[in-house]
Amino acid sequence: MAKDTPEKVDAKEEPKNFFGIFMHELTRGSLLIPILAIITGLILGGFFVAITTEEVYTTWSQSPLEAIGLGFEAAFKSYAALFNGSIGNPGRIINALNGGDAQAIRSAFNPFLESLTKSVPYIFGGLAVALGFRAGLFNIGAEGQIFIGAMTSVYVGYAVTGLPAIIHIPLALGAGFLGGALWGFIPGWLKAKTGGHEVINTIMMNYIAFRLTEYMLRGPLQRPETTNPISPFIQASAELPRFFGPPIRFHLGFILAIIAAYAVYWLLFKTRWGFDLRTVGANPNAARYAGMNITLVTVAAMSLSGGLAGLAGANEVLGVNHTLAPAFSSGFGFDSIALALIGKSHPVGVVLAAILFGTLRNGAIQMQIAAQVPIDIISVMQALILAFIAAPAIIRSIYRLRAPEQEDEGVFVRGWGG
Amino acid sequence: MATTTTTLQSAAEYGSDRRRRVMGIVFLALAAGIWLLFARTTAPGMETTFNLNPGGSQSSFPDWVFDTLTLLNVLAGFAAVLGAYQLFRGFGKRTNLILGLVAGLFLFGFLSWVASGTSLNLAGLLRATLIRAVPITLGALSGVLCERAGVVNIAIEGMMLMAAMVAAIFGSVAGLGVGLVAGVLSGGLLAWIHALLSIKYKTDQIVSGTVINIFAVGITSFIAAKFLASYRHLNNPGIYPDISIPGLVDIPFIGPIFFQHNIFFFGMVIFLALLHFGLFYTRWGLRLRSVGEHPKAADTLGINVFRTRYMAVILGGMMAGFGGAYFTLGSVGRFDEVMTAGRGFIGLAAMIFGNWKPVGSFGAGLLFGFADMLAARLAILGVRIPSEFLLMAPYIATMIILAGVVGRGQMPAADGQPYEKEDSH
Repeated sequence: MAKDTPEKVDAKEEPKNFFGIFMHELTRGSLLIPILAIITGLILGGFFVAITTEEVYTTWSQSPLEAIGLGFEAAFKSYAALFNGSIGNPGRIINALNGGDAQAIRSAFNPFLESLTKSVPYIFGGLAVALGFRAGLFNIGAEGQIFIGAMTSVYVGYAVTGLPAIIHIPLALGAGFLGGALWGFIPGWLKAKTGGHEVINTIMMNYIAFRLTEYMLRGPLQRPETTNPISPFIQASAELPRFFGPPIRFHLGFILAIIAAYAVYWLLFKTRWGFDLRTVGANPNAARYAGMNITLVTVAAMSLSGGLAGLAGANEVLGVNHTLAPAFSSGFGFDSIALALIGKSHPVGVVLAAILFGTLRNGAIQMQIAAQVPIDIISVMQALILAFIAAPAIIRSIYRLRAPEQEDEGVFVRGWGG
Repeated sequence: MATTTTTLQSAAEYGSDRRRRVMGIVFLALAAGIWLLFARTTAPGMETTFNLNPGGSQSSFPDWVFDTLTLLNVLAGFAAVLGAYQLFRGFGKRTNLILGLVAGLFLFGFLSWVASGTSLNLAGLLRATLIRAVPITLGALSGVLCERAGVVNIAIEGMMLMAAMVAAIFGSVAGLGVGLVAGVLSGGLLAWIHALLSIKYKTDQIVSGTVINIFAVGITSFIAAKFLASYRHLNNPGIYPDISIPGLVDIPFIGPIFFQHNIFFFGMVIFLALLHFGLFYTRWGLRLRSVGEHPKAADTLGINVFRTRYMAVILGGMMAGFGGAYFTLGSVGRFDEVMTAGRGFIGLAAMIFGNWKPVGSFGAGLLFGFADMLAARLAILGVRIPSEFLLMAPYIATMIILAGVVGRGQMPAADGQPYEKEDSH
């Protein structure tokens, strides 16, 4: 898909605006596959919940019909809990609105806003991976870049004192961006200068980042009064403002993420540099003949991609946790690869996919409590959805769709050699 | 020993002056490292004691005591001589071997320095290194099988994790043997999915590998949280006992280090030998490699590219499954969430480090296993190097290798590229 996008967007009748391109792709049918993939993934997830429910397999030998009924019930109950945990319980919302108590209203709307809060790192991470894809680069290192970004921003967040929020927040975010950008720059530079494949290098950089974070949190960045690997709390002036009272954690980061999505869209589709980037990604040989600076594009794209991932880490630290502990990321960077692919590497698609993932992750917590379904079911669903997106032929054969005239089977096919 | 292309490439590679000089400088830098870091910080007259009997072994072999400074100076001098020879004349095709030797001198110097004034169980360290190298090497061999046939496999980690869990469950229910077989088969099953996605559906192989990694983490954590936490008896397979090779195990020093291990170690040695012989000295291996180097030519000669790739990937997955089963049946005796902790990715690194060759992969596995072992013991040894930096070393070393600083590796030419059979019309 990264390959055929430029001609799709540039050569044919050109939809000009943000959503125009997106709707264009939707009606062309290329978004039908992701939507069907998501639905199929959710159905299979429900099936999986059903077959792993204890009552289902214990009653199966006596009465298969009853077992199927129980399975449906279990899946329904789980998804109801998922919905209540991620969007909100409709009855509770109505009661709260009728009651008029501010605290109750906030609690009732909290699940939905918490889902948006959870989607912030996914948006940044997804944009990071998507930007790499557009330049023909596979940035598996978003996770490591998130760690480094979180580390640099938490340092600026707690160590710099006496600044007003209006300066401190941009400074801490900028530090996160730079930290991630450095972690992206190294594999980008190695790719451009030595041809070392960015997939291997970013995998290696991930583990270097994990170990470095462990070391820093036990050494220079450790909170003085503890022996746990955790950083000090950031200054109040570095905290991203939250818009509502507790328990709502919805913060400025979501708006920044949407702005970042628009910025990436603008950069990719409205600037000459973005055109260069997409050309290098789609056809490096053509780009070389056209006199584009492939080295510069590769290094800049990887740095920018790393910077965006770094912002994901910075937002978690500055907006949600206000401190840094090793387990702060629940695999944001790895999930970002999946959602960049699901979002077809388009900023709008990435934002939608990120909100979906944030919602699922948030709802899964409630699902774990209410229906005893471990939260890891979401990873299983993600893998299934991603498999269907990556191999659209599976979805086409399930739903008996016709193959498109223009082949878009090859999701980003390349070898190690680069 | 390889195909004509590779031989030509290696001739060009080894003949290059730049590589010769860079290697020479690397050797000299290691020699200087031994002298500056270790010898200069050792007071004269200090003695190092190496205990040569691993813990728990019956054989008794006298301790090896020597003057630390003398040994370090000898090591530094020897490494410097090798470096100088490499710089001016070059070791030609044996350069990599000498690199290994110099690295070994450096590590030996490091251990002597650590143990100066005290004693260190050298045999125990070596034995632990070998044990730690087992899963890494098996992961690397899995990668070698897949990538020599032209399929990139970054899902080794996921396959290992899956196999570790499946082996633990089946091992608890039906015994160790069944657990091992089930683990190996589960690795093969995930590999079959990888093969299906990347060969039949021509999905990008890295995407497909990512799918399997996410899936494996998700499903193993799900089952661990849902079932293994409440049904403890499903997660108690026990571990394979050590086997002593009669006769050989009685050799002093060597015996307990090499000839008293569980079946995973001996399995690794056997697979290593089989794969090395199979890949480079049999028709099977020639075909497999030709599919990875030039699938179109292989197809023209009547080799079934798809079938060969399926076979290689599934065998690779089974190898990773064997390596994964090691975690539960060979080491811990229990499945824990994400217990492979990146060993599969270190295996991938070891494969690259070992230049897509089985024996090279084992060498890299030993080196990375040594770093792994040392990191776990640094605190005990009283060395004030943060263990995190040692754990980073394999990754940094791989990036340096990949950057071609000490000579570029020779990956299979068609690695990662799906093969599209052309229609005959």
